[in-house]
Amino acid sequence: MELLKRFASGELEAFETLFRQFQGEVFGWIVRIVRDPGVAEDLTVETFWRIYRARARFDPERNFGAWARRIAANVALDHLKRARREIALPENLSQGAQPDPAVRRDTRERINRAFRQLPAKYQVAATLALIEEEPYEQIAEALGISVGAVKSRVFRAVRLLRRKLQRLGVEP
Amino acid sequence: MSERNDEKTCGALKRAMPPVEDRELKRDLWPAMLRRLDERPIRVPWFDWALVALLAALFFIFPGVIPALLYHL
Repeated sequence: MELLKRFASGELEAFETLFRQFQGEVFGWIVRIVRDPGVAEDLTVETFWRIYRARARFDPERNFGAWARRIAANVALDHLKRARREIALPENLSQGAQPDPAVRRDTRERINRAFRQLPAKYQVAATLALIEEEPYEQIAEALGISVGAVKSRVFRAVRLLRRKLQRLGVEP
Repeated sequence: MSERNDEKTCGALKRAMPPVEDRELKRDLWPAMLRRLDERPIRVPWFDWALVALLAALFFIFPGVIPALLYHL
């Protein structure tokens, strides 16, 4: 509590203590969303940079970890929005029975790319809920939305992905 | 039918993108954080910008003050 007050008042030593205490947790949260440790390291620093800038608005009565997770989720979301524009969808190719491991690998790559083309907010919700199997309540808290909204985003992500895969001729 | 297709899509997504196994941070990021803190751009207060705008407007409306000002500088 005293540490959080010192951080909110702008003390760098308090910020360093919090950074060292929470950097692993924030990194772990971000890497689950962006799935690239190198990018996650950069985004962890970006998250703490935003945390440091917003220190005056932080209420020391609040849970620092939850606040950091929310900022981390926003940073990861911004990254996915930027990354989404750079991903090109592969050409249409029907897959058939896919007996060949190379073809299966290619299908996985296509699914991955199609998923990365979804709106960033759907990607985050679906990644955390379906792939990482995080509790919906925790996802909702980190994204600052209701549990119902998380479920809705996951549902829409799956529907959109299915349509994209159909258009690409990929049979899940 | 549609729900079954959604389940198949979920299954395919999980196979294509398995959970991240290595979630451990391998190095201390504090040195990188310190570099980032040092990179802070110089922030010009808003009233400095207002003053510049005021002077620009003054010179535009009364161009005659420019030579007088230059003479006194």
